[in-house]
Amino acid sequence: MLRYIGKRILYMIPVLLGVTLLVFFIMHLAPGNVAAMILGENATAEQIAELEHEMGLDRPLLAQYAAYLGGLLRGDLGTSYTSGESVTAKIMACFPYTVRLALVAAVVSVLLALPLGILAAVKQNTWVDNVSMVISLIGVSMPIFWLAVMLILLFSLKLGWFPVYGAKSWNSIVLPAISLGFMNMASIARTTRSSMVETLRQDYIRTAYAKGLSKGAIVIRHAFRNGMLPTITVIGLEIGQMLGGAVLTETVFAWPGVGRMMIQAINGRDTPTVMGCIVLLTVCFSFVNLIVDLLYGVVDPRVRTMYR
Amino acid sequence: MERKETGYALEIKNLSVEFRTRERTVYAVNGLDLKIKKGQTLGLVGETGAGKTTTALAILNLVQTPPGVITSGSIHLNGECVLQAAPDAAKTGPKHKKQRLQKGMNERELQSMRGRAASMIFQDPMTSLNPVLTVERQIAEVLEKHEGLKKDQALARVREMLELVGIPGDRGREYPHQFSGGMKQRVVIAMALICNPELLIADEPTTALDVTIQAQVLDMMQKLKRQNGTSMLMITHDLGIVAEVCDCVSVIYAGRIVEHGTLEDVFDHTLHPYTAGLFNSLPSMEDRRTRLRPIPGLMPDPSRRAPGCAFADRCEYAAERCFKEPPGTVCRTGEHMVACHLYNRDNIGKEVLRHG
Amino acid sequence: MEVGKRNNKQREEELDFASIPKNSGFKETFFRLCRNKAAVAGMVFLVLLILISVFADVLFDYQTTCVDQTISQRLQWPSAEHWFGTDEFGRDLLARVVHGSRISLSIGVAAVAFGLLVGGILGAVAGFFGGMVDNVIMRACDVFLAVPMMLMAIVIVAALGASITNLVVALAISSVPTFARIVRSAVLGVRDMEYVEAARAVGVKTGRTIARYILPNCMGPIIVQTTLRIAATISNTAALSFLGLGVKPPQPEWGALLSSGREFIRDSAYLACIPGVCIMLTILALNLLGDGLRDALDPRLK
Repeated sequence: MLRYIGKRILYMIPVLLGVTLLVFFIMHLAPGNVAAMILGENATAEQIAELEHEMGLDRPLLAQYAAYLGGLLRGDLGTSYTSGESVTAKIMACFPYTVRLALVAAVVSVLLALPLGILAAVKQNTWVDNVSMVISLIGVSMPIFWLAVMLILLFSLKLGWFPVYGAKSWNSIVLPAISLGFMNMASIARTTRSSMVETLRQDYIRTAYAKGLSKGAIVIRHAFRNGMLPTITVIGLEIGQMLGGAVLTETVFAWPGVGRMMIQAINGRDTPTVMGCIVLLTVCFSFVNLIVDLLYGVVDPRVRTMYR
Repeated sequence: MERKETGYALEIKNLSVEFRTRERTVYAVNGLDLKIKKGQTLGLVGETGAGKTTTALAILNLVQTPPGVITSGSIHLNGECVLQAAPDAAKTGPKHKKQRLQKGMNERELQSMRGRAASMIFQDPMTSLNPVLTVERQIAEVLEKHEGLKKDQALARVREMLELVGIPGDRGREYPHQFSGGMKQRVVIAMALICNPELLIADEPTTALDVTIQAQVLDMMQKLKRQNGTSMLMITHDLGIVAEVCDCVSVIYAGRIVEHGTLEDVFDHTLHPYTAGLFNSLPSMEDRRTRLRPIPGLMPDPSRRAPGCAFADRCEYAAERCFKEPPGTVCRTGEHMVACHLYNRDNIGKEVLRHG
Repeated sequence: MEVGKRNNKQREEELDFASIPKNSGFKETFFRLCRNKAAVAGMVFLVLLILISVFADVLFDYQTTCVDQTISQRLQWPSAEHWFGTDEFGRDLLARVVHGSRISLSIGVAAVAFGLLVGGILGAVAGFFGGMVDNVIMRACDVFLAVPMMLMAIVIVAALGASITNLVVALAISSVPTFARIVRSAVLGVRDMEYVEAARAVGVKTGRTIARYILPNCMGPIIVQTTLRIAATISNTAALSFLGLGVKPPQPEWGALLSSGREFIRDSAYLACIPGVCIMLTILALNLLGDGLRDALDPRLK
């Protein structure tokens, strides 16, 4: 088992390196002169050249990348173009907010989605099934930012139950978490339902009935663990999507997380901060995938024996 | 629940099962009668699609509903009524969720019966076991459910049972995919017999196994059966197995029993043309030069019900009457009966079928 | 088995692929699809939408309804005269939405088509030649998949500017790995079959071989994924425009409409509501159609 974990982590590293390389090059393809932008309109050519040299922007691109990578491995993500602070410090100030939001959204959505999907599968083709699947389908089709705006409209402006934006009070997290997690929940519910339906068709379920087990015992003990396998995969994917969706939610609710910082940095052409945000979010995504893979091994003994 | 003391472990009377979907209706079982005396093994012989598995599932009331509908008949297990179709059962629509029964076991009684009074072994051991649970867990569940044992007590019994079927006790902690096909089937058998059922239904238990393993598994089943006095319904298409294991034989064709008798009756005094055809299609060790004689044609489409005998268009003895009227049953001896227009009370003792 | 990404999305897609038969007749599939009422509803909606966007100019003249500002008529709630109301510049919202549909649909289709083309070629090459080529291409796909779709699009657009071309390229890139995987699976499935060897022995060119034998095998999953990816692309386009990184005002892209409508949400909520509903209905229709196609092509449901 440990070998498997080690292998997976080892594999993750070149991929992450590839990502940094890719993003670095894309960001530096951007037109416009960074130094000129920082110094403002009245800068002379000399001042620009001087700043460029200072910042290392006149070296070949690969050298710049190498320097960046070196810094990255030491935990130094560079300095912000706009505020001059350490990017690492900036991001670390915002990261806990994003983690909190993502965690709450993920936990709540999974806790709601699993029972919903299982119930829909067990009561296939009844009104319970139809209603929950319709809700899920709508949830999957609803743009996150629109849901966010509508929630604000209803619950903040009209009803006044929750704050419109910010992260100050304890209940500020509710609306953002709902809008971030709803699509998540819908997708997981759908997958859970279809994989449970599939599982309940299997021969070993028939065997379980022939043994005289009750329906509840069959669903919980026999069907659930098998049905969960594809669902775990989807949960991992969805959490990844959520990291992208966090950008939208944080923007709408002015939630002080990494996503919002990234958009601000983009608008301010603050490349190091943007890169730092992307790297961080990508690393998170990769770790989530790793955990999902490992979970797969825990739930499915066939995978476990393969990697013993 | 009333329980009549009969000498029969299983009595099926006039069972008819249909599968009704929006597009068509499949007549899987048509007026089937079956009896198994206590302690005996009955072989249910027929080709694929004859309705054997459906009959077996009906005994445990496990026919999938929808689309399955039990339109008539009754099933009694050790004198207790498992199900008896209501008179208007035939009117059940395609979207029904429950069988229309006049009387029968309710869900709790059914659960109590399955695995304890009657057990079933299915055909494919590869898919019959849950891949994510250990083997001993799956067997222990049966004990925990029916005998209320605690985990440790159950596991001890499970280990004993595994040894009985020829699997080392500590392999119980392994998962199904770590066993071979033959061993998986032994696990399934252990699971079915651990509560000492009065009736064991074996649906082609050795079809998916190698011939050598087949022999071992059958031997083991026989041994356990003799030890506990279990009655057995052996469903198979293999006459060789029937000869080895069964006391009586019922031959099923298109959802109906066409011939029934003791082993000797059916093998030595074959009456029905279909049964004769089955024997004839076996290759002979003595006469290796004669060509094989399969029964021409195929089993009829189960979504169409013929007005007369279902075997008529494949039968070399078919007369006009055979296509119009379904045959009644004629008995040669107390046990041996046949459903065929060829026979009546006069010629039943004589040899009617041509040989060679 | 490749350690890594195979356990996630790849597994799902391979399962998808494996369950779809090689030669289900087009007509037969269509009839099966038609039995699914939800999918039919989706199809009808999409056809209507396409017609509306094609004839947008005929229905609403762009200049007068989308560009000219009539301040006197600003921020009016939906009425008989303006079915969707007017925006802060007095422009008819229905007209803007209709023109916006054009933008969304064309970007969606273009991006997915581009992604399909590039992904298909990459997948075919990877599967066909195997070895190092396969490895390199699949690792590259892994890198692109390691970044959440939205973020990748944001990066590209942020760096290269928000022109429609860049937008299309950015969105296409997120579809490339999916299609590459599907086609690669199909190629691997067929490559070693005898009729391909026979064809090559006779001298049929590699390109032809790929086209004639490989393509029919993966039609099913490709069609399903195309539908679903168009939905995802339209959603992402709207998201990017909403963030100010995609199509910019005064172009009436739905996401941009939502973004500008946010300002007036207190009193003129319809400005933000209606474009969102349009996005949702379009994506819903595409999802219904995609689901229906997937079910229609699944042999086990026959």
